[in-house]
Amino acid sequence: MKKDRLISILFILPSIILIAIFVYFFIGWTSWVSLVNWKDIFPDFTFVGLRNYARLFQNYRFTISLKNTIVFTALFLVASITLGLLLAILLDRKVRFEGFFRTIYLFPMAVSFVVTGVVWRWILNPGPGGESVGINLLFEKIGLSFLKSGWYTDPKIGIKAVVIAAVWQMSGYVMAMYLAGIRGIPSELYEAAQLDGASTMQVYRHIVLPLLRPITLGAIIILGHISLKIFDLVFAMTGSGIGFSCDVPALFMYDTTFRGNYFSQGAAVAMILLLSVAALIVPYLIYSMRAEVRR
Amino acid sequence: MRPKRIILYIVLVVFAVFYLMPIYVLLVTGLKSFQQVSLREMWNLPKSITFQSFVRAWKGDPSRGLRGLSQNFMNSVYLVIPATLISAMLGSMNGYVLTKWKFRGANTVFAILLFGMFIPYQSILIPLVQLLQKVKLYGSILGLIFVHCVYGIPITTLIFRNYYSTIPSDIVEASKIDGANFLKIYTKIILPVSMPAFAVVMIWQFTSIWNDFLFGLIVAPNPSVQPITVALNNLAGSYFVEWNIQMAGALITALPTLLVYIFLGRFFMRGLLAGSLAGT
Repeated sequence: MKKDRLISILFILPSIILIAIFVYFFIGWTSWVSLVNWKDIFPDFTFVGLRNYARLFQNYRFTISLKNTIVFTALFLVASITLGLLLAILLDRKVRFEGFFRTIYLFPMAVSFVVTGVVWRWILNPGPGGESVGINLLFEKIGLSFLKSGWYTDPKIGIKAVVIAAVWQMSGYVMAMYLAGIRGIPSELYEAAQLDGASTMQVYRHIVLPLLRPITLGAIIILGHISLKIFDLVFAMTGSGIGFSCDVPALFMYDTTFRGNYFSQGAAVAMILLLSVAALIVPYLIYSMRAEVRR
Repeated sequence: MRPKRIILYIVLVVFAVFYLMPIYVLLVTGLKSFQQVSLREMWNLPKSITFQSFVRAWKGDPSRGLRGLSQNFMNSVYLVIPATLISAMLGSMNGYVLTKWKFRGANTVFAILLFGMFIPYQSILIPLVQLLQKVKLYGSILGLIFVHCVYGIPITTLIFRNYYSTIPSDIVEASKIDGANFLKIYTKIILPVSMPAFAVVMIWQFTSIWNDFLFGLIVAPNPSVQPITVALNNLAGSYFVEWNIQMAGALITALPTLLVYIFLGRFFMRGLLAGSLAGT
């Protein structure tokens, strides 16, 4: 029995050690790097305090990338959650070929962000000159010319064009979460409400939607943390864009660190990214763990 | 059919068109010849079908300095298979201990492991590169395999832990009384019923490792060891590469995970939902 206890610890120990080093020690190391003066290929560990952080907030590109992340996250969350909920409710109306539609709505999740970026860069390409090409041409053909735009090449739009590709990729995921949630609601609840004479709309408003609140919270956390650290999609689709109109902190961190060799500056960006994600995830993890213990 | 139902189906079909549109563009562009490819004709079907773009995206064209994706495709295969198997095994071992051999603080340990799944990897990249350079794993497929195994631990542990907690502990307790030891219970009782969880975890890991870009970009900068996503980005990023070849390359990159999704979709879905309902 004692021996089994020991072996059980040995079973899980490699993983604990790996995560301790590669997650927690590394985060500690990065935070140390963010406090020193390492700004070329030769490490310089002279302590400079919070100077790298102070400089970041005076950095033109960084402040734009922060603003872009906020815009991106807000639009991406609202659009994906609305679309995902809508699709889930529609699919729950006893649709024939439900599996077929569900498969189509969810398949972008199986595709790499890089593929998504490459395809959408082409679709949203406004082309050279004033001629309508790509999606603009499609809009013209179906009589929606007012929707034509310069997309990611227009600095006023910039990151918002990337939102379209991100919603295309992730909204099916939200649909799947909601659909699983709706299917988990006991059917007696519906039947009781219908017996009481509630209309379909009322059933959704007063029974389904309130019960789906934990799913919405989960979707906000999952999409939110993906959105804060978004990198691949922007990298492949637009890069930092004209006047940094498509830039995000993760991209800024990559350029600063691995192209510019400003390691300390890059580490400071990484720490800010980490803190913003942790502010979202840690309360959720604690909440989930407590909920589990209660059960 | 009532008009309401008809509207419902029309809406569903319109959304289906939206989700399929990029695949349509990938396919028709990839099947066109160079002469036919232009932004103006993007939505037109190809006048004649040619697989030339796929051949060139795969083999490359040394005379024009175009690197094909074939080598990188194989790099991804050599990377994804061992990384998937090892991380699934680690997840299974952790899940077993965390559910059937709970020690004091097991739940806290689990939460601490789980956090690793959410971190932005930017926050560990600098020390990761330094360490991999020290141990001579930097710039190699072996190094990438290692990295994916480590950062796969949280999600694989999560999925196995969820799955094993549905196996009644009575069975395990009874075997303990019968004198079965830790390893015997694992190999004779737990592993034989673990196949559904292995399917979910392996499909999840296969998809996310195949689709990974950041680690490939940072850990394997050399074109000959790059995974396919990084090579695709380079292919698509160079201005002299024609759109038909870029689209053919994108389709080649997406194909393995798409096939897995089409044929094993329900396992993929379970992985997704496990990832979204962390700890609940």
